[in-house]
Formats: sequence, structure tokens, C-alpha cells
Amino acid sequence: MRHIKWVVLVLVALSLVAPLAVAQEDTGEGLTIGFSQIGSESAWRTSFTNAVKAEAEARGINLLFSDAQQEQENQIAAMQAWIAQGDVDAIVLAPVVVSGWDVVLQEAKDAGIPVVIVDRNVDSDPSLFVTRVSSDFVHEGRLAAAWLVQATSGQCNIVELYGTVGSAAAEDRNQGFNEVIALFPGMKIIRSETGNFVRTEGKQVMESFLSAEDPANICAVWAHNDDMAIGAIEAIKEAGLVPAKDILIVSVDAIPDIFDSLDAGETNATVELSPFMGAPAFDAVVSYLNGEELPKWVPVAGKLYTDRAAYDADHQ
Amino acid sequence: MKSRVFPLLITFVVFVLLYLFCLSRFDSFGTTKVICNLLRNYAYLGIPAIGVTFVILSGGIDLSSGSIIAFTGVFCALMIERNGMHPLVVFALILSIGTAFGMMMGVFIHYFKIPAFIVTLSGMFLARGGAYVLTTDSISIRHPFYDEVSKIVYIFPDGGRFTFAAGAFLAVLVLGIFLAHFTRFGRNVYAMGGNETGALLLGVPVGRTTIGIYALSSFLATFAGIILSLSKHSGDSTIAMGAEMDVITGVVIGGTLLTGGVGYVIGTFIGTLVPGVIHTYLTLDGSLTPWWIKIIVGTLLLVFIGLQKLLGSQFDFFKLFRRPPLRAEQQAQ
Repeated sequence: MRHIKWVVLVLVALSLVAPLAVAQEDTGEGLTIGFSQIGSESAWRTSFTNAVKAEAEARGINLLFSDAQQEQENQIAAMQAWIAQGDVDAIVLAPVVVSGWDVVLQEAKDAGIPVVIVDRNVDSDPSLFVTRVSSDFVHEGRLAAAWLVQATSGQCNIVELYGTVGSAAAEDRNQGFNEVIALFPGMKIIRSETGNFVRTEGKQVMESFLSAEDPANICAVWAHNDDMAIGAIEAIKEAGLVPAKDILIVSVDAIPDIFDSLDAGETNATVELSPFMGAPAFDAVVSYLNGEELPKWVPVAGKLYTDRAAYDADHQ
Repeated sequence: MKSRVFPLLITFVVFVLLYLFCLSRFDSFGTTKVICNLLRNYAYLGIPAIGVTFVILSGGIDLSSGSIIAFTGVFCALMIERNGMHPLVVFALILSIGTAFGMMMGVFIHYFKIPAFIVTLSGMFLARGGAYVLTTDSISIRHPFYDEVSKIVYIFPDGGRFTFAAGAFLAVLVLGIFLAHFTRFGRNVYAMGGNETGALLLGVPVGRTTIGIYALSSFLATFAGIILSLSKHSGDSTIAMGAEMDVITGVVIGGTLLTGGVGYVIGTFIGTLVPGVIHTYLTLDGSLTPWWIKIIVGTLLLVFIGLQKLLGSQFDFFKLFRRPPLRAEQQAQ
């Protein structure tokens, strides 16, 4: 346990890096806020929507919700309708694509309506919006690595199931993970290959890892998302090994399926891709309306879970 | 003859009632802001819808408009941002490409006797695929010319922004009405939709007109792509996904008979704005899911198609009433 000092240091560093939404008296009660959501294409998107709605209700914010059905034109039309009616105090926008927002953001600014970007990014000039609230993928990677360092006391040969190459989620998670394991000479990524965030590909890549390496030499799997981790679990079982014991598994997302695996003792830990962007977004609106200066990025950091009970406790 | 105007009248009444209902709930409907927003936000659907009106009037169908809009947007963004070409040159180029694309579809439909549905479905896949092959990136256009076009705007005293896109939409509407009712081409289109063989006998150049119709439709879809590019300052291969259906919906709600021969360009204009009014209402309400648009528009479509069927079968309808006395006479003999 001579590395424990390091672990503590890392965790302290993490807690400093992790953004802290400022606790405020003013929760935005009585405000009217328009929320333009991309759509309802995935379970994660739906829980994101529900989280924002629940947060608005808890704060007494009158939320106008608009589902854009995956079309940017609908998002622009919705924002312009709110601007025209002039009833909204702010707009929260989850943009479907990065480009094409300059004109409508400028109109909102001209009308004095602050816009907070959530989730995906826009490539517009930062002066056109208040701030952006989004998941901190780097933090997710760091957290996964910190857990693994602690679980293995800093001695582990890791195989990495990479997400889609070039995607921000994959690149940043990889970066955060590597930052932390670089502090421990005993932590090594011995193989890394992309599974494109897909379950079947995760399984195939894990099979190839198990045949290319001596399985006894693989200490842990680091998967960029839960789906690939679930694929890897199958591959490990088919190879006659015990997942989560012979080979440790850590991944990101906290999808419902991964908790079934946690219940069955077949995986070790998952970092949540937090859908709770409503609170920081509303906090940003309130701070802005109170005339406070805001950073242009408010990262949202998910927690790491090793069992269902802890997750349920956080999500009631 | 009166029955020809009837669907248009229904469209108009539905639109006015809908608008008044919205106005009773949200006062911004009484301002030029909402009207200008409708014009500029739905220009990209309304402009190709005017082209597709000609297609449907002639008894055909065009499924390629949404994809052509997307292809145009991506093409413009790539040529301007990555190849450094001047927007006007790019516009001329893409309008030529788009028009040639439509002409090709017309040639396949007329000379190879392939159903318009199949040909334009291929056109839809080709254009969408082409857009994705060009790039899957979402590209911002930051050219001074685009900024200049954005400055072409008339702002009403109450804040409504009558933009270039809104102006272009109205201009295309006026030209469309002129083309439909005051030119030989327009008369030929109506004649073809009534009865193609009959039109041929009347001396309508069916081949040339067919090619012209699809060229016009693709030209306007390309033009809509340019308008969308100019108003958003970006190009993206995922835009206008399924827009061809919204376009056709606008035409049908506008009172144009899917069987051809009957319909008005002005009806299409109103028909395109109906979903826009519903969308604005639902957005301002904020508690109803926007998926209601699909249900309301679907219901409207059913009503309009039912109405058309009723009007179309009017002749048989009266025959039914005349039959019993005929039979009585036969029995008497």
C-alpha cells in the first residue's frame, strides 16, 4: 500500500478539478425557461430530458420543453418562437449539430435572452452564449483509472476497448485515464483496439486480446463504455475465465444493463455519464441573471459506482 | 368547376381558424415576428413545395427534394470553406448541377417509362448518399458574402425580421403562380395531369414538359438548399432528413389532388405554413410534446385525401341516385 499516498493525492486533485455548482439561495423560482432538446433517440437522452424536467419542477421553474425530433430547423424555429413571444427569461439548448447556430444565437443575444448550451458543442463565438454545460469525459477516464489503481495497488496490465476513434468521448476518456496511470509505473496498457462503442465489437476485440495475450497476463479491461464492457464479459466467460475476478472490468456510462452485470458480480465498476445537466444549466442562468461572471464551460462530472444500491440512492 | 376551388377554400379556412385559435392563446401571433419567422423558417420547405406542386399537378411525384437540399448545403459549405470559391460561383454551379439532375430524372421517367416514384426515390438516395460522401462533418460557413446577405433584412416596427429567405420565398411564390396560370408550360402541366394521352392528342409536348417539370422541381430544391445555407451559415449532410415528405404534405394540405390536374400554387404556400403554425403553438405552450404535430398533420392529410376522394367520385355518386328509376323503367319494359 505504498501507493496509497498517490491515490489520495490523485483523489484530492480530482475533487479540485471537479466543478462545484455554487450552492445558492436563488434557485430560479418563477423563471420561464425554454429547453430545446435534440429528440428522444436513446434511453440516455430520455433520462437527460426527464432529469431537466424534474429539476425545473423542483425549483419552481416554468419549463417550456421542445423536442426537435433530430432536426436543427425545428430547434431554430423553436428558439425564434420563444424570442418572438418574449416570455422566456432564458433558453437552454441541446444542439443536434455543431454548426449553423450563429444567426439564431445572435438574435437571442439581441433580444437579451441568455442561452446556455448543454451536452454537445456549438462552433459559434463564445460571446453568443452564456456557457456550455457538458459531461467531462476526461474526468470520467481519470475516475476509472483512479479506481483501478486503488483496486490493483498500482500494479496492472490493462487492455483497452477504445470507443469510436476521433469521437470526443473516446479521445477524452483515453486522455484522462492515461493521465492518471502515468503516475504509476506498474500500470500499463498492453493492448488497445477500437470496439466503436458497440457490444458485439467489444466482444470480438476482447476475444482477439485473449488469444493474442496470455490471459493470466491480463489484469483488467478498461472499456470506454458499458456496452463494450458487456461484450467483453461474454468473451471472458467463453474463454473459461471468471469476469471481475480473473480479469477486472471498469467502464463508463452507467446504463441499466451494466447494473445487471454488477448484480451478477461480472463487472467491477462503472462511471456515470451524468444526465443531470439541468441543475448546473439553471444555476448558470440564475448566476448570469444576477450579473455574475461565468466560465465558458461548466463540466458535469459523473460518479463511479460499484453496486446498484449506491446508484439507486443517488437517483432515488 | 367550382369543386376545383373547394379544396383550396378548405385549406384557407383551416389555416385562418388555426391561426385565430393560436392568436387567442399567444399574443405574439398578432405581430409580424411570428409571420416573419414562419416565412423564413419554412422557406426551405415552401420553395421546393412549389416545384413539387407542378410535379403533382402533372400526375407525378418527387421524393428527392429533401436530399437535394442537404446535398446543396454540403456542396456550398465545402466549396466555399475548403476550396475557397466565391459563393456566387458556387451557387451558379450547384444550380446547374441540380437542374441537370432533375432533367435526368425527367428523362428516365418519360423515355424509359419508369414510375416517377422509383426514379425520384433513386434520386433521393443518390443525393443523400452524395452529401455524406462529400463529408460527414458539420461545416460552418464564415464568408463575408454570407454576412452581407444576412444584413439584407427589413425589421418591422414591432420587431419582425423580414429576411432574405422570407423575400425569396414570396418571390418564388409569385413566379410559381405566374408560371402555373399565365404560361404555356403551366397549361401543359395542368393538361398532362388531367389526362396524359389526351394531352398528347391536344398537342402538348409531353416529353419536353415532363423533363421541364422535374428540372424545375430540382432547381427549386437546390435553390432552397442555398437559402437554407445562407440563413444558417452552415452545411450538414443530416439536414432536411425526410423533408420531401413535409414538402409533399404541404402540397396535399394545400389542396392539390395527388392524382394530378387540380391544385393551386397559393394553396401549397398555405399548406406549408400549417405545420409551422402548429409547431410555433406547441413550442410556446411547452407542455405538449411536439410529436402532436405529426398526429395533427396526419389527421389533416387524411381529411384532405378523403375530401379529394369525395370530390373525385362525385360523378359516380350522382349516378347512384339516378339508377333506381332506370331499373324501374327496365322492369316496366
